[in-house]
Amino acid sequence: MNRIEAKFKELKKQHKKALITYICAGDPNLRTTGELVLELEKNGADIIELGVPFSDPIADGPTIQRAALRSLKNRTSLADILRLVRKIRQKSQIPILLMTYFNPVYQFGLENLAREAEKSGVDGFIIPDLLPESGKKASRILKKHKLDPVFLVSPLTSGKRLGLINKESSGFVYYVSVTGITGARTGLPQDIARHAQILRRYINQPVAVGFGVSNARQVKQLSAWFDGVIVGSAIVTIIEKNIGKKDLVEKVGKFVRNLKKF
Amino acid sequence: MLPDRNGYFGPFGGKYVPETLMPALEELETIYRQVRNNAAFKKELAYYLTEYAGRPTPLYFARNLTNLYGGAKIYMKREDLAHTGAHKINNTIGQALLAVRMGKKRIIAETGAGQHGVAVATVAALFKLQCEVYMGAEDIERQKLNVYRMQKLGTKVISVTSGTQTLKDAMNEALRDWVTNVRTTHYMLGSCAGPHPFPLIVRDFQTVIGREAKKQILKAEKRLPDYLLACVNGGSNAIGLFYPFYNDKKVKFIGVEAAGAGVNKPHTAATMAKGTVGILHGSKSYLLQDKNGQVSPTHSIAAGLDYPGVGPEHSYYKYTGRAEYVNATDQEALAAFDLLARQEGILPALESSHALAYLRKIAPPLDKNKIIIVCLSGRGDKDMEQIMRREA
Repeated sequence: MNRIEAKFKELKKQHKKALITYICAGDPNLRTTGELVLELEKNGADIIELGVPFSDPIADGPTIQRAALRSLKNRTSLADILRLVRKIRQKSQIPILLMTYFNPVYQFGLENLAREAEKSGVDGFIIPDLLPESGKKASRILKKHKLDPVFLVSPLTSGKRLGLINKESSGFVYYVSVTGITGARTGLPQDIARHAQILRRYINQPVAVGFGVSNARQVKQLSAWFDGVIVGSAIVTIIEKNIGKKDLVEKVGKFVRNLKKF
Repeated sequence: MLPDRNGYFGPFGGKYVPETLMPALEELETIYRQVRNNAAFKKELAYYLTEYAGRPTPLYFARNLTNLYGGAKIYMKREDLAHTGAHKINNTIGQALLAVRMGKKRIIAETGAGQHGVAVATVAALFKLQCEVYMGAEDIERQKLNVYRMQKLGTKVISVTSGTQTLKDAMNEALRDWVTNVRTTHYMLGSCAGPHPFPLIVRDFQTVIGREAKKQILKAEKRLPDYLLACVNGGSNAIGLFYPFYNDKKVKFIGVEAAGAGVNKPHTAATMAKGTVGILHGSKSYLLQDKNGQVSPTHSIAAGLDYPGVGPEHSYYKYTGRAEYVNATDQEALAAFDLLARQEGILPALESSHALAYLRKIAPPLDKNKIIIVCLSGRGDKDMEQIMRREA
């Protein structure tokens, strides 16, 4: 059992839902990212998504695009991020997934990356431009190295595809709450409860919901229907606003602590 | 028959997109397979290509240029004479007919030089579709005339200021729009690139170039040509010319990429010369990138060739040796532009000028009985202001 599966089991026993937080590795720099991970954990995050920056992030809105650009200006690479995770593992056992696009993964080499990621203490991968059809090989290789390939589903995904995604995914399935790109939104889609029910018919593992979740009220509402809630752009915005300030890490911690307070 | 069922040309192509787009790609593929060999659809497409776009375009024997080089006979496929001034209209008419059949009322597109954008804006007006075109801020600056043409046709041109502010980033933004508005919107991709089924659909709609050229050369010369020459970036004009000759193994295909300042300079757009296999904008193909998989900035004087990728079918042609890919610099393209203007009284697009530039290398040493067809993919009116400024 890897860290992600164990975490969802532990939370289930306590009748709790997972708070999954996204930050882009290397934004504003890798040292701060390391501190942020520990601070997120301290303030209630259950699982961490570390963004691996890519030059052309087509599933991301302006906030995460800017974060990726800041990180790329520091020349952050996938290898750097694996080293960072290895360091974090000396202090924390929080589940960590890397979220990136397929090209950086492909250039690193799938086998090579899976081996290195396992050694570094990574628990899974989220690759939004990798479909289960094209991702079968990747899925097999990652699973062989005890890494969870987390595939995404959207409100438009057909029942037939939900079955396929359930088969190729492990750890959890990522439900994209809206047709759209990442970014904070104030409301929630009206039909989300109905969608959550449909998902249960096809998916027999935890489902976490993301895209557009930015405040405690939304986290609370979504926790009623899903096993986990993912917050990204809202946290990245706090980082962006506090770049260069001494209390950046603290401010992010406070924001995350408040996400659980509703 | 390529691509295969999953959209692969050998190891290239496929679908690498967010899950949200899958139903739209499946719908597009389904509708296309339904109409592809449907007589009524073919008749409707032929009607618009003939009566509206002005096809067939001539295959012109460039006598002066042939005499000047003193080698092979040079023919030009005059796509510059099609409505809107480039081959792009062949694809947009076809895709507009598909959009109408899918009941999509809104279309979006990316554009580099603005030629595809104008062709999209044109069919949007014709078929009463709402239309928005994404264009890099840098390209808006260098292709002002086309921006104004699109606006006059009723299209909203959206300036893209992210990244390199050229075609690559316009495509990122168009894909983000599509992910958001996929229920109501058809993405009218302009090249034989992107996720399956776009490379298939765009190729098929552009093969009218090669089918006509084949008939025309057989009539004029009673035989097939020895070389086909076309500029390549995404490569839709080239694939449209090449594909109908695919099984005529004696016909050699040459694609000419934009080298910018030169293939060994930091900023080039010669994907085949300097690229490696990677994944961008929905398909696996050759790509200009660094060792970490970050996409490289490109440069070409021709906005329509200023993109770090190439269509997957071209990658397959390179991989199998069916086609050869060479390149021409900004300087060589500009010289070819001037030469064609003076020799034949034709102002070619800067994109097409790259193919013309390679004529200087290939035509002179060839026997006089050899035949080259070069695709004159577009006309140069749109480039006059940029050239004027450069010369000032």
